[in-house]
Parts: sequence; C-alpha cells; structure tokens
Amino acid sequence: MDVHEYQAKELLASFGVPIPKGAVAFSPDQAVYAATELGGGHWAVKAQIHAGARGKAGGIRLCRTTHEVRDAANDLLGRRLVTHQTGPEGKPVQRVYIETADPFERELYLGIVLDRKVERVRVLASKAGGMDIEEIAATDPDALLQVVVEPAVGLQPFEARELAFQLGLTIKQVGAAVKTIMSAYRAFRDCDAVMLEINPLVVTRDDRVLALDAKMSFDDNALFRRRQIADMHDPSQSDPREAQAAEHNLNYIGLDGEIGCIVNGAGLAMATMDMIKHAGGEPANFLDVGGGASPQRVATAFRLVLSDPNVRAILVNIFAGINRCDWIAEGVVQAAREVKIGVPLVVRLAGTNVEAGKAILEKSGLDLITADTLTEAAEKAVAAIRTKN
Amino acid sequence: MSILINETTRILVQGITGDKGSFHAREMVEYGTKVVAGVTPGKGGRTEHGVPVFDTVRQAVQETGAEASITFVAPPFAADAIMEAADAGIRLICSITDGIPAQDMMRVKRYLRRYPRERRPMVVGPNCAGIISPGKAMLGIMPGHIYLKGNIGVISRSGTLGYEAAAQMKAVGLGISTSVGIGGDPINGSSFLDHLALFEEDPDTAAVLMIGEIGGPQEAEAAAWIQKNMRKPVVGFVAGLTAPKGRKMGHAGAIISAAGDSAAEKAEIMRSYGLTVAPSPGAFGTTMAQVMAGHRKAA
Repeated sequence: MDVHEYQAKELLASFGVPIPKGAVAFSPDQAVYAATELGGGHWAVKAQIHAGARGKAGGIRLCRTTHEVRDAANDLLGRRLVTHQTGPEGKPVQRVYIETADPFERELYLGIVLDRKVERVRVLASKAGGMDIEEIAATDPDALLQVVVEPAVGLQPFEARELAFQLGLTIKQVGAAVKTIMSAYRAFRDCDAVMLEINPLVVTRDDRVLALDAKMSFDDNALFRRRQIADMHDPSQSDPREAQAAEHNLNYIGLDGEIGCIVNGAGLAMATMDMIKHAGGEPANFLDVGGGASPQRVATAFRLVLSDPNVRAILVNIFAGINRCDWIAEGVVQAAREVKIGVPLVVRLAGTNVEAGKAILEKSGLDLITADTLTEAAEKAVAAIRTKN
Repeated sequence: MSILINETTRILVQGITGDKGSFHAREMVEYGTKVVAGVTPGKGGRTEHGVPVFDTVRQAVQETGAEASITFVAPPFAADAIMEAADAGIRLICSITDGIPAQDMMRVKRYLRRYPRERRPMVVGPNCAGIISPGKAMLGIMPGHIYLKGNIGVISRSGTLGYEAAAQMKAVGLGISTSVGIGGDPINGSSFLDHLALFEEDPDTAAVLMIGEIGGPQEAEAAAWIQKNMRKPVVGFVAGLTAPKGRKMGHAGAIISAAGDSAAEKAEIMRSYGLTVAPSPGAFGTTMAQVMAGHRKAA
C-alpha cells in the first residue's frame, strides 16, 4: 500500500527523522491558513498523489506570498496530475501539502528496500540527490552506497556512520545524518514498509539533515498489525473498479483489451491472459476470484468485468482445487440471471466436481460456449469476437 | 522414487482443527498419505479424522515420529508455526498460508540458518498449493485425482498453473514423479533451484517442467544453474507476458519492478541457458512430449 508524502513524513518524524515544517490542506483557504501559521516567506505547495516525478509535471509550486499560495492550491486541487509515473490518465489531486522552503546546501539520496534477491533489507545512499535511483544505478553504479542489514540485529550505528562519511559529510553533519538514517530504518522496520525513499535528503547551512521528500510503500500482508498505516489508505488514488473488487475479496486489474477474464489463481489468471494474446486477442483485465469462490462472488466478478465498456467477450477459466466447479457454475448461472451479459461467454471448467459443474451449465439453457482446455478456451473467445464483427 | 515425500513419509498437520486444516487433512488421508499427527495449541488430546492432536509440535514429534509438516495457520501466527516445526526437528515444512508479512519470512529464513546446511529443514511455500508425489502422498491442497503417476518433475510458483500442467501432461500420456508449488510470495522458503537439484538426483525423474512468473530473480538464477549442473532436460515457462509494469498481479511476488523481471526477459534468459521454453501456457504437455521424444532418440 502506498501513502502520500505528507503521511510518510509525519510517520518518519514520529520516529525522529527531521522534516521541514509543513501542513496538509484540502482547500485554498486551508492552504493560506497553513502558510500563515507556518510563517516565513517561502513555501512549497506540493500536490499529494501516489506517484513521483511531480516537480517536472508542475505539481510542486514555490511561492513567496500567501496570494501565490492560494493561486497554487486553487490550480492544483481538483485537477488530475499527469507525471511520467502516473500513466496518461493521471491521479486526482485532492490534498496539497504546504511546506516551508528553506535554502539548503546539498541534496543526497537515501533509500531503504526489502531486497528479494538477498531476502534482506538493503539501505542505499548516494551523493546524487534528486536523481532517480534507476538513473544513478545506470549512470554511475559505483556512486551508489549500499548496506545489507543483518536481520537478526538490524541496522547498526557504525553502518550508518560509514554511509555518512562516504557521502562526504562534515563531522558535525555525520552525527545528524546517522540519527536520520537510523530513525528512517526503525520506521521502515517497525511499520512493515517494503520501500522508503527520501529523495532528496538535504543538508542545510546549519548542518541539519532533513527529509525534503518522502515516499513509502507498505507490505499489504502486514496491514493487519499496522492499523495506523492501514487508516492512511486513500481510495481516490486507485482505479475505482479495483477498489470495488478489493471490497469483495477479488483481485482485479484493468487493462486495454477486449476479452474479459474470470479465473481462479493468480498464475492461471496471468497464463489465461497470455493464452488470449497468443491466440491473437487482447485481455481486458486480470481477475483472480481466489480460493473457495461462492456463487455470489462469481456473480460480482461478472458485474466488475462487464462494467468495462471495452469488453466484447468473457472467458471464464476455472481449474478447481479448493474451488468447486459446481459452485462456479451456479455463480455463472446466477450472474446471467442478474446481469445482462450481452457478449459471448466462453467457459472452461476443470478439476474438483467438474462433471457437476458442466451439468449445471447445460441444464441452465444459457447461451454459452464451452471448452475443455486452456488453448481451446482462448481460441474460442478470440473467434467469438471476430465472428461478431 | 520421488522427491520430498512418498508413501512412508510421516506427516503432521499444523492447524488441523481449523476449517481448512481439517478439510485438507481428510483429503490427504483419503489420498493415502501417512498423516500421523495434528497440532493445535489448546486442543491436545483430541482426534481429528482418526489422527491424534497435540498442543505442540515437539510433543507430536516425540509421540509419533512425524518428519514432515503442513501448516494451515493464519498469517499472524504462520511464521511462528514454521519456526516451531523447525525447532522440533521437522525436516520438511510446507506452508500453505497466503498473506504472511514479508519481514516475518525474512526472520524465518534467518532463523533457519541456525542449522548447518545439511540439517537445515526445507521450507516449501508460503502461499503455495503444496507437494504431491502422485500415487504415494499429498502434502497440499491440490485435487489429487488430476495427477497421473510418472517421471516428470514439476515446479511451479502458482498453484493453479501447476494443476494446468498436470492436466496437460495427463492429456499427452505423461505422468508426474513429484509436483512442488513454491508459492507466489516475494520471499519463498525454497526456490526453483533447491528443487531442481533434488530432481536431478532423483532416479525416477526423467525431465523437469519449471513454471515461473513475472517478478524476482529466481527463474534467471535457476536457469544459469541448470546449464551448469543438470543433465536432465528442463522445459520452462514464465507467466505474465501481458502484465503491465509496476502492478502486482495477484501474488505479492508477481510484480515487474526491476530489469529482468518481465516474462519476456526471463523466457529469453531461460533460452540463452539452453532450456526449452513452452511457446504458450497451453503447450506445457506438447512441449514436454517433444522434448522427451528428442531425449530418448539422443540417448
């Protein structure tokens, strides 16, 4: 799960990471009030969306008067901001973060990730703050400083100190940087984060080391024990269909194609999409109905898939283990009764209770196309679209 | 023979009195698996499907000589259950649980390093369908009847795609020695490589099918190892050709986040190391049949 910059910063600050003074605003009035309260004469008004590269896309405005703050907030709030990380549809800006914009001396990079390859937490740092980590890694991999954390004991102060010295900081700055790095690591560990990026991490003229920007992602599997993180969830930042699917324990991701997919199991769902592509079609979505799918859940899946106007055929592919083909078949029949399907429907059932499932479909008198194998199902779905043209 | 489990393996079910644990324990028993014990803290002294239930894994091991375990334990307690089994001397631990926090698995992996390599328990999963040696034993949640006994080893990250493979093998008359689901999480107990090594040693396995997914470095590492170390032919596949970058495709581990993570890149790496890559997920059976025919001719 992703959170907004201001949420990540509040969290980091609670662990002792220094951040500039700031406040979130939902309206231009609130933005002006926040700027006045923060004081000073320079503010940054930052659009809060779940994506990076906001600066280049005009999502961060530097203001010198509260009048400018109002204009910036007015312009940003309510629009969709498109950055090179959001996709062409962009993300809605419903909150802005007002921050005091003090001058700084240097920009550094600090990242912490759960690294799958070594199955440990890796701390990354670089002198080249402000650049993308991919850019740093590609242009000058030696400039990327790294520490792999021993999980039994966690990050040690000497490791943070080594990073700080390698970043070329003065002795006074090293002390501040060690505190920042250690605090950031504790926040990462204690909140079950999977990614934390402070880019840039800035060094001020008075030797403070501050998080000027912050991005955090958390392990969805750990949200059960991180209520305060789960509460930060902002549904406006995800696709409405995906949010609706999640409410019903369905896993849905919308794509650009024409063949809607309803499948059990993530791997089989991906393979079904691949098979459609192989047969000459394009999948409209990824959808995993999960294990033990009830007829009701299957019916919900149909409604979701059909809410995509591009869908011109539906392929149901179930290889039942925990699932039961008879329940799935009942779900199909129920969906057909409740929702007007209106497009060709190809159903492939295999595994547990397959004969009972097929019998239910046959008895229903529904107008559907059956298939016995994955290949046959995908080919029939693609053919169904072609003959309709 | 087979790998990991056979008809003599003494099996323990952790979480046997829960809905899922109870249901699948019965399925395993009906398949002919030698289920000797169950564990649910606080429910010791009962029996479930004729199997004695204990409070702790240690008691169960002492009383029944259990040597492999399958865990149906809710995510908050699942890592603890794996470590409990390891500490009690269980040598093979299969974790079915979907939703274990990644940092918990990181700690499990660290904990297992207490044991020297030759005595380190093998952990399969989490978030997997388990293991089946057709006709001998089932330590998992798969529909046992779809598997034909034979000499093809199968390793798959996805459970249902493993079923798909079993059905396609059966359709071309090929059977399976053992099928292992290694799970869809970012941190697995064991990898493709661990099981490939076992299949290479197993006299009753003639060839291996490995089915990967987008995300993570596992498939590429396994492919490099295969070229160097395996004499048996390996057919590969990577699901997720149509998956967009940066989106998690159901499994916590199935996400394209780094170079080399995509299906096309991984398939290319597999080919470059000499694996035969199935052209589509509908061609597992036919590709394996061709590879086997070619192999017999060459031999």
